[in-house]
Amino acid sequence: MTYINGIASISPQHSFGNNPLDGIVSSLSRKFECIEPDYSPWIDPRAIRRMSKIIRTGVAAAALALKEAGIEKPDAIVTGTGLGCITDTTQFLTRLIQNKEEALNPTPFIQSTHNTVASQIALLLQCFGYNQTYSQRGFSFENALHDAMMLLEEKSAQNVLIGGIDEVTDVTVKIFDRFGFSKAVHGEGAAFFVLSDAPMNAWAEIAGMRTIYKPKESTQVTSQLKDLLEAAETRMEDIDLILLGSDDDQTRNSIINKMNVPFSPPTYSFKELCGEYSTASSFALWLGVMAIKKGFFPNRPQPEQVKKVLIYNPYFNQHHSLILLKAC
Amino acid sequence: MESRVHVVGLGVISAIGKTVDETLTSFENHRHGLGPLSLFDSVHRQLPVGEVKISNTQLANELAIKGSFNRTTLLGIYAARHALNSVKLSLPWRRGILSGTTVGGMDRSEKFFSQYVAGADADFSLVKDHECGSVTERIAEDLGATDHISTINTACSSSVNSIIYASRLIKQGYLDVAIAGGVDSLTKFTLNGFNSLMILDKELCKPFDADRNGLNLGEGAGFLVLVSDQVLRDEALNSLCTISGYGNTNDAFHQTASSEDGRGSFLAMESALRSSRLKPSQIDYINLHGTGTKNNDSSEGVAVQRLFGDIVPLASSTKSFTGHTLGASGGIEAVFSVMSLVHGCVFPNLRFQSKMAEVNFSPIREFKNALNVRHVMSNSFGFGGNCSSIIFSR
Repeated sequence: MTYINGIASISPQHSFGNNPLDGIVSSLSRKFECIEPDYSPWIDPRAIRRMSKIIRTGVAAAALALKEAGIEKPDAIVTGTGLGCITDTTQFLTRLIQNKEEALNPTPFIQSTHNTVASQIALLLQCFGYNQTYSQRGFSFENALHDAMMLLEEKSAQNVLIGGIDEVTDVTVKIFDRFGFSKAVHGEGAAFFVLSDAPMNAWAEIAGMRTIYKPKESTQVTSQLKDLLEAAETRMEDIDLILLGSDDDQTRNSIINKMNVPFSPPTYSFKELCGEYSTASSFALWLGVMAIKKGFFPNRPQPEQVKKVLIYNPYFNQHHSLILLKAC
Repeated sequence: MESRVHVVGLGVISAIGKTVDETLTSFENHRHGLGPLSLFDSVHRQLPVGEVKISNTQLANELAIKGSFNRTTLLGIYAARHALNSVKLSLPWRRGILSGTTVGGMDRSEKFFSQYVAGADADFSLVKDHECGSVTERIAEDLGATDHISTINTACSSSVNSIIYASRLIKQGYLDVAIAGGVDSLTKFTLNGFNSLMILDKELCKPFDADRNGLNLGEGAGFLVLVSDQVLRDEALNSLCTISGYGNTNDAFHQTASSEDGRGSFLAMESALRSSRLKPSQIDYINLHGTGTKNNDSSEGVAVQRLFGDIVPLASSTKSFTGHTLGASGGIEAVFSVMSLVHGCVFPNLRFQSKMAEVNFSPIREFKNALNVRHVMSNSFGFGGNCSSIIFSR
């Protein structure tokens, strides 16, 4: 069993700290940026000046998730990021070009590797355990989640800190737009979770996950969904809420109609809240856990009690992921 | 019962050869692949590097690939195809790829960026496969291994971690066949990055030598084909060796420097030994991380000494041949480790002259064969304190 014992999110919404999601923020431009909290309770102010946004949001969200779980040091740290530390990367590249390869400050290079956030967390916590970073586009967070679930299954860890982290920049917006993904608002975020083999004060439980890479037919997704539900002994009718990573009706219908269920569960397009980015499913997981724990949901008639949540993220129709969450 | 994890196929391309056979010949003849930079223009072209001496066009032609791929993808497909083609599989197994890379498509992204920074009409097609994961997806599609795709970027330990993860997926029954390893190509980005850290040797690197002055960068790819007991049996394959243990830890000391006592690397090696249920004395050869920097070799040496005590196994850094291939090094050196077991040989640590003061062992200087090599340990440590160690057993 995979229990979620602590969660935290820094996102374009008011998601960090007290009264999360109190008032919904809409994107005013193509770039939907995080609302950053006061970091002083979480990170040493001297350290923070050197941290790019992806590092400080990641480190702070990790710290809050651990606090919520009542854990000082996890047995393992696993992160997923699509583009990694893209601000530091582009900064080093820009200087390299402008300075014609001379007299370069190494700091942005040092902080440009994708594992920087997981390493910084390990460094701050003095955590010598398993440390891993995945970068698989729309499956980056799903890879991290799968690894963590396996660590618990293998009994090589009891508490695993996992997170999905990405940042949006002017350059990434321009590039994604150029490749025809121009409908999406480009978002970012850091969402962290403590996954454990025991419930402690669990917020929810992960009942299963499936990923489908570039399905040739939509039936591949529905058959994986059926398989996922069956393995979790759940019927589609039992789902109280679907968090959908798409706002187009075709995607919605393709999955829901094909399930042949008497009625379809309420669906919500979660990217209205966080924008599109490689690890947006980590924000959806945070949102799903919030719905279960707080029975709270933005901008929608409130379901009376949310016990089961299905997250379906068809990332650019290439990386399809399904995550099933249930109340403990 | 958990399946064992068998290595049944190898593919490697680096500065010392584009096949396993060419690589072995280079080792036998003490022929390293380090030399001046020719791949791209750079003010640092005097620095020695370990280039794969084949242009992108030649690679694409040889692979019969249409469309323009970045160098990382081409090198990756080259080695991964070699690995998979060396194994005859007739049944529709669940096949996946797990690759470690740190630069992804940076070799083309940096061309895009120089146009972009200059305010020119930049060619956006150059960044299409920038993402590390994109490189792996291209390789997965080329091989038809898309049932599981993972890219790991833990800096220089990336591809050992991808082999470890692949082993766990097979053990737990999530995959039947895994192509696991990693790839990185030389880029202006990494050359300047390491140069800004002042850890590049202006001469040929001297890993584990008292007078070492830094590392030389390299490039390449190394992949293993891993299968479960069932695949081995049903396909009547020959098991080259098994993956018997591994450890992944964090040094938690500094973003780029290793702790003096090598606590992270010690823990990684110790945990690899524990999971393999082997005693230190059973390890016959260690393929060291051995970058050639003051800090890494001292830290790793101290950790090796502490773990193995007075009887340190035969050990060497093959980066004295290939240069440091960053995210690919774990995959490339995994192939070398399996070659060591299969051929009963160990590889020389070139240019070693004098022992480091902090340890009482020296790396081997000569190519040796006709040895009974049963267990090989391979180390990979990276920025961010990521330390991994893996053990292959015959």
